[in-house]
Amino acid sequence: MSKTLIQPREIPEQEELNYLNNGTSLKSWLLTGDHKRIAVLYLIGISFFFFIGSIAAGLIRLQLMRPTGVLLENDTYNKVFTAHGIVMIFFFLVPSIPAVFGNFFIPLMIGARDLAFPRLNLLSWYVYMLGGVMFLAAMLGGGVDTGWTFYVPLSSMYSNTNVSLAILAAFMAGMSSILTGVNFIATIHKMRAPGMTWGRLPLFVWAHYATSIIMVLGTPVVAITLVLVLFERTFKIGIFSPELGGDPVLFQHMFWFYSHPAVYIMVLPGMGVQSELIANFCRKKVFGYHFIAISSLAIAALGFLVWGHHMYVSSQSMYQSTVFSLLSFLVAIPSAIKIFNWSATIYKGDVRLQTPMYYALAFMGLFTIGGLTGLYLASIATDVHLTATYFVVAHFHYVMVGGALTAYLGAIHYWWPKMFGRLYSDSLGKVSALLVFVGFNLTFMPQFIVGWLGMPRRYSVYYLAPEFQAYHIMSTLGSTVLGIGLFMPLCYLTYSLFKGPRASANPWGAHGLEWLTSSPPVTENFKQIPIVTDEVYDFDYERDHREHAEEADSEEVE
Amino acid sequence: MNSTIWNFPLAPDQASTYAGPHDALFYTITALTVLFTLIVFIAVIFLTVRYRRGTKVNRLDPVHEHLALELTWSIIPLILALGIFFWSTKNFIDVRTPPKDAMDIFVMGKQWMWHVQHPNGVRENNSLHVPVGRPVRLIMISQDVIHAFYIPEFRVQYMVVPGRYTYEWFQATKPGTYHLFCNMYCGTQHAEMGGTVTAMSERDYAQWLQNQGESVGQLSSVERGALEFDQMKCNNCHTDHDTERGPSLNGIAGTMRKMSNGSTVKADLVYLRESILRPWDRLTAGYGPAMPMYQGEISEEDVVSLIDYVASLGSAQLKPQMASDSRNLGTVSQKVRKEKQPRMAVGALGSEEEKSMGNPKPRALAVGSLADDGKGR
Repeated sequence: MSKTLIQPREIPEQEELNYLNNGTSLKSWLLTGDHKRIAVLYLIGISFFFFIGSIAAGLIRLQLMRPTGVLLENDTYNKVFTAHGIVMIFFFLVPSIPAVFGNFFIPLMIGARDLAFPRLNLLSWYVYMLGGVMFLAAMLGGGVDTGWTFYVPLSSMYSNTNVSLAILAAFMAGMSSILTGVNFIATIHKMRAPGMTWGRLPLFVWAHYATSIIMVLGTPVVAITLVLVLFERTFKIGIFSPELGGDPVLFQHMFWFYSHPAVYIMVLPGMGVQSELIANFCRKKVFGYHFIAISSLAIAALGFLVWGHHMYVSSQSMYQSTVFSLLSFLVAIPSAIKIFNWSATIYKGDVRLQTPMYYALAFMGLFTIGGLTGLYLASIATDVHLTATYFVVAHFHYVMVGGALTAYLGAIHYWWPKMFGRLYSDSLGKVSALLVFVGFNLTFMPQFIVGWLGMPRRYSVYYLAPEFQAYHIMSTLGSTVLGIGLFMPLCYLTYSLFKGPRASANPWGAHGLEWLTSSPPVTENFKQIPIVTDEVYDFDYERDHREHAEEADSEEVE
Repeated sequence: MNSTIWNFPLAPDQASTYAGPHDALFYTITALTVLFTLIVFIAVIFLTVRYRRGTKVNRLDPVHEHLALELTWSIIPLILALGIFFWSTKNFIDVRTPPKDAMDIFVMGKQWMWHVQHPNGVRENNSLHVPVGRPVRLIMISQDVIHAFYIPEFRVQYMVVPGRYTYEWFQATKPGTYHLFCNMYCGTQHAEMGGTVTAMSERDYAQWLQNQGESVGQLSSVERGALEFDQMKCNNCHTDHDTERGPSLNGIAGTMRKMSNGSTVKADLVYLRESILRPWDRLTAGYGPAMPMYQGEISEEDVVSLIDYVASLGSAQLKPQMASDSRNLGTVSQKVRKEKQPRMAVGALGSEEEKSMGNPKPRALAVGSLADDGKGR
């Protein structure tokens, strides 16, 4: 750890050169190879698309307040939920944690100066943005009404909306995700600092390693599938549509071969964040470090073998369904292992209840429910009733929002001081975390019940079953609370950028190489590449209590 | 109005024989979910409160790895998961294996309505009437995109796919009116593609069939097929004996047919449908591609009627193996299959029923082979 002495003659306002102020022209941002700047570019792009997706979500909830709909025509509603799905999945959840926090912190955590391929990294951002702009164009130019799943033959032969452009946009997002994955794998293999062995890798890095493998192996399949839909749509080449001699169920196999592992692309990085938060806010090494690391890889591997559980009623063979069901039950075990290990980490910890820990606790609660409700859907017999109802909607929102989004928010609150060198209000942070947790449960818990009653998803109106209304109203009210909880960080974090107190190098008293460098880090990350001698999450209560306890909250520069 | 908004139904009606077994499993999984959620919530909250910063508790000698503990909390959930898996799979096989005596009703989905045709030719749109206490198998196909036929109170649904027949079966237990939803997003009016399923006593159902028939002046499926056969001039080429223009269709249903490429194919429901829509894909030995394609020319309902008619031709020669093929749903049903008498009705036809209605009609072809769940076509 290097100590920075403050020179007496230095003007206090004058900042040390860091990655943020090292070049301020637009060009220095748009042509940067610095992984930290690219992460910030991603943060801006992803926040923008999250905002678009949230507006669509708000419209959906508003529409469903009344059985006959409130605002939208059928077609408009269909375009809105399609936009919600495509934007949230391809342009928010898949890139969110990897492209922002993975990008920013993997090199810092392993003691590298950058990712292995800085220009590839920049390219991935441009490809992502290009895809995003294409999808915006598809939306503004009339919309897309196929659902994010692009099921054929609806998407290839029947829809007369901007399907082709949307498919190209999703293809671009996939390409960007492949580039990110390749970059992470190479970086983690080749660029670790001396002494940073695999057994000392933070679990965040392990999780991203597993995620990257899925990105690289899975994404090409969906890209090819979408291109085939495009060919069928444009050139009438029969692949999926029975009218042209194709097989519509083949599409579902190819689509879910990626799109189920994609769930793990979205949630594994969140689990990585969770491990960091739990360890650092309990001041304790994560319980069962090796089990958590290996369970990430197990999830990545098993995750490729369970896609058929989306297709129990698709007319795939009964025996095929049985096998997929068995494998789906097996993939639940590594997730359960993680939850139990995080819980056990708290035992004999020194728990700091600060904002990121609030989010970590919210993650545990919501992801537990999300994971357990997956059992209903892995089990074929119950899935025959529940599939494609609001039960499924509630389940995957518990995993995606309760898991991935909560972890994303936890990550923002945890690493914000490091990324921007500013502190935000901890009490506002706690309020927002509570609003998110309460609002989320209010929104999606009623959807479990209404789905169990038989409410199909993707319904613009439900006058066929008006008795579902009470649950929809509860859900809409809950989503308002959730919306406020999500809007708050946007305000106080933006405020902190300009007015927040300066952050020290390690404001949380956390452990990990990223906390050794200044906040915000210098462009080359470390003045000197660190040599790692500590074990990962090397907290020792006795020692820590003696040496660091007081230091943790203080503002002094380490 | 307002009084009806604030009701909070907690469970859907149980109206089929499958609803009970389904719900037993559902509530068991619910109990496990609640149990494990409570374990995690209580453990996390208790530990967080106890070990929050500043409390005076023993934090010395923390544990970082504990193999026995890891194995415990891996193996217990694994055993529970496997238990649920076997139970669930058994239920699933039941709900995918229609009883031999199920009555077949034909369902066609299209953007955005359901079309139902009963054995004796009675048709209805966006509604389905079924008798209580009798197993019903729906033979389903889509005219355009993928739909799904979902009856929550019966706890069954299955996709309705273009280009292939799928099926689902149930046995209603309680007279009443239930929801019918399309549960696979199918375009603009997806949310409105639904209606009601009415379960009625056997007697009311027979009554209903009869009344519907009078009001519509309906033909049986076979009769309708005969009409189409005539109108489309199929008989120009397909007569009662093989000619150079086309093979005779008499008695071909269910038999093995030699193809011009040397292979042998059984003339089951799937084959007959393909041969009407895309005859050139599988030409009978000795014939060239002379027959026009009817794909896009006739509806799936007409196809089914034509098949029923073809199957009725020369029904005297129907081979006994048809019967066994008709139930080719997989091993489970094969085990219990001991049926002697050929049962061929698609539609409907339960031939016994028709006789009892004093209206004997030629038997129609069994759809069983179509629902080839086990073949994964």
